[in-house]
Amino acid sequence: MEIKILNSGKTLRVNQDQDLSSNTTKILVRDLEMFYGPVRALHGIDMEIKEKAVTALIGPSGCGKSTFLRTLNRMNDTIPGARIHGTVLIDDVNIYSPEVNVAVLRRMVGMVFQKQNPFPKSIFDNIAYGPRLHGVIDKAVLEHIVEESLKKAALWNEVKDRLQTGALELSGGQQQRLCIARVLAVNPEIILMDEPASALDPLSTAKIEELIYELRKNYTIVIVTHNMQQAARVSDFTAYFYMGSLVEFGLTKDVFTNPLKKETEDYITGRFG
Amino acid sequence: MKNALSLKFHGLTKRSFRWDEVLSDFLVRFFALIPIAALAFIMMKIIAKGSGAITWEFLTQAPSQGMMHGGIFPCIFGTLAITLLMILMALPLGVAAAIYLTEYAGKGLLFRVIRAAVNNLAGVPSIVFGLFGVGFFILFVGRNLDAVLKTGMLFGQPCMLWAAATLAVLVLPVIIVATEEALNTVPQSQRAASLALGATKWQTIWNIVLPQARGGILTGAILSISRGAGETAPILFTGCAYFLPRLPVVNLFGFIPMINPFDQFMELSYHIFIMATQSLDAVKTLPIQYGTTLVLISLTFLLNLTAILFRVHFRKKMGTVTV
Amino acid sequence: MRKEMLGSMEQHRLTKKKEVFSEWFIEKLLLMAGISSTLIIALIFLFLFKEAVQFFKTAGSFDLIGKWVYDDWEERNVFKMMWQSISEVPKYSLIPLFCGSFLVAFPATIIASVLGIGCAIYLSELAPPKVREMLKPTIELLAGIPSVVIGFIMLAFLATFIQDVFHTKFRLNAFVGACGVALAVLPIMITIAEDAMRAVPKELRDASYALGATKWQTIWGTVVPAAVSGISAAVILGFGRALGETMIVLMATGNAALVTGNIFSSVRTMTANIAAELGSVAQGTEHYYALFLVGAVLFTFTFTLNFISEIILNKMRQKLRM
Repeated sequence: MEIKILNSGKTLRVNQDQDLSSNTTKILVRDLEMFYGPVRALHGIDMEIKEKAVTALIGPSGCGKSTFLRTLNRMNDTIPGARIHGTVLIDDVNIYSPEVNVAVLRRMVGMVFQKQNPFPKSIFDNIAYGPRLHGVIDKAVLEHIVEESLKKAALWNEVKDRLQTGALELSGGQQQRLCIARVLAVNPEIILMDEPASALDPLSTAKIEELIYELRKNYTIVIVTHNMQQAARVSDFTAYFYMGSLVEFGLTKDVFTNPLKKETEDYITGRFG
Repeated sequence: MKNALSLKFHGLTKRSFRWDEVLSDFLVRFFALIPIAALAFIMMKIIAKGSGAITWEFLTQAPSQGMMHGGIFPCIFGTLAITLLMILMALPLGVAAAIYLTEYAGKGLLFRVIRAAVNNLAGVPSIVFGLFGVGFFILFVGRNLDAVLKTGMLFGQPCMLWAAATLAVLVLPVIIVATEEALNTVPQSQRAASLALGATKWQTIWNIVLPQARGGILTGAILSISRGAGETAPILFTGCAYFLPRLPVVNLFGFIPMINPFDQFMELSYHIFIMATQSLDAVKTLPIQYGTTLVLISLTFLLNLTAILFRVHFRKKMGTVTV
Repeated sequence: MRKEMLGSMEQHRLTKKKEVFSEWFIEKLLLMAGISSTLIIALIFLFLFKEAVQFFKTAGSFDLIGKWVYDDWEERNVFKMMWQSISEVPKYSLIPLFCGSFLVAFPATIIASVLGIGCAIYLSELAPPKVREMLKPTIELLAGIPSVVIGFIMLAFLATFIQDVFHTKFRLNAFVGACGVALAVLPIMITIAEDAMRAVPKELRDASYALGATKWQTIWGTVVPAAVSGISAAVILGFGRALGETMIVLMATGNAALVTGNIFSSVRTMTANIAAELGSVAQGTEHYYALFLVGAVLFTFTFTLNFISEIILNKMRQKLRM
């Protein structure tokens, strides 16, 4: 569907062709605060992320959107001095409760990074890395997982004849799709993407966006992006972050056409105007 | 007119010749030549005077006739054996220590204390390591082991085990620093990717970080083998022998020949030292001295060269070409 | 969906315990390896001083300076500052050893500083990349020459050469040792001094050039002053290494324990003294403890010097980070 961006003559294709209100809540964030040492990086975030939908996190640099994303699979645990208050429930399980196994959590909540980061191993070994960690050793099973994951990541046709070549020989866009395939191989339910296309050329970016659109049928996706058009194109929901606070959150078409807050409007029109 | 003149005299006239600058330039260039010249001089001198002594017999036979004749095979064997034992002890400890420093320790007080200790350990005089080997390894650890295990004088005496342990302590900083550098070249994004796939910290280190740091760790290991092979002072009192009529070999179960860590041993650098200073006739044995030196220096030189070439190759692969 | 996740969590509870334990265990194991160097330093201190203090069971601290001994020739008591361990009245004065150590280490440090800083200036400021790429490995290879080899070259060749040039009384003397030691500490001094100069930001050099300074005015006026802490750390560290050098001095200085200030005199350093005598001494004797005492004093010197240079380098690194 085409929508008009307010206060500007531009129109935008927005991904809004199905009703999402019936989707159940996958991730429930309540009163989330995050500290780096004495610095508060997130202020009381409340958010409901719907299942099998794409939620985009937008906002200026340093607004806390990436930090928020990393709280969802506890990647912030690796940063010394990081502390967290509040709750993040995934399927009603508080992922910060002490009995949660972080490794299992991260398997269910996959992550794709800003800069493609394949391991310096073969294409096959990159994708088999996760399954192997989790105990899959049968060659036939691994081969099956690798093929399925590559197909889902729309990379199979490009690499099926050279699975044993090094992953670093692929192009940047292919590498990023390989990283997505690698995440899919551990069979996650949620996929977090931290500006997955920001280091890629427009053509590769388009391919990634297409892929996200496909993946949302089966996965819950949370994506951080700098690119307003991208947010509008791929997401069902949009959250606008500013200075570590969640300013506005709603259906993408509403946020982009009829924002409730002045700040959101300024940001969106500023970006487009 | 006046302005133009002053400009001309004070600024634009190119001072064609400045003695101090030319002299400085010449001097530092000359100084920079000295390491090259020293290395070339030492190598050439030893090759010129030592190559005549190198024969098949020299390399494969034991010294004879009051060490005035014969070869240096026991010394070559001893050097190889002790550096092997040394690296077996030092490498696991050093690599583990470096992993702790880079992956676990953070950047706090503990990190700084360990860092300072490693740097300081690298500056401990080699003879102090010798004293430490005697006081700690032989007399404290060895004698107490003997008392507890009722093994008589098995541990509480100078032998290859303690000499290797002393050398292992000496090369520990070399391995730690090299491994740390290698681990730090592995990008954080690689660790993040692995952790995000549900790997634990150790799984990430073992499967992703260490394989990528392999080259750097190997470089450190080679460098420390070379260092250990050339050290003399730490082994003077911890197990080195002036002359030994047998190789330090024991037959395990009666038929598997194995290095005997409880025996004393002959060693190349110590052999050079005693032949040059305590030989019955230092002039007559000069060819043996030069020959032994040539063997030792070939060994350390080749090891160092391998390590350097290896590192250049490794860094090129990682994308940084600076030597 | 919720059930599935809880189920899988349930399923993993056991594995979690096992996994968490093995992770904990591995971390503790690595921690032990990590603190091993700290432990070793502590043990070196402990075991040197443990033996060293026992010297004072049988001797006074004044004995470390000298002893009043009856002299048969002069037929009266004479104050003797000597290290004479094998004698009717053993004498353990540290003064001749200090003379020896400093008479070797000072000249060695001076020679190595001049050469090393010059070489570092060339490498960091003047050398084209190609030359640098060749010179750095050469310096490393020089560093890799065993000290016994340098000692041997000094003993077998350079000693005679130096005697011919300077017409010295002793063929093996402090100066010969100092030359060898300078060669041994040169590589590390070059490396540290060069690192310090290369760490000087390019903006500083540009500012100097923009004010019309020449290359050498920039080097002496800007680069060297900015890198002075790193350079002094290099000199201090080099001095520490020179004091601790053993094999070269053992082979090239003649090993006569004399109280002297003459650089062309034969001397005996602390390190050489231990190396020469520990092999023939019985454990638990006064002589044995005296040698450990020398080792403890030597270690205290080098530890302090290392520590100072470490602090200077740390300060420099911190400043550069800001």
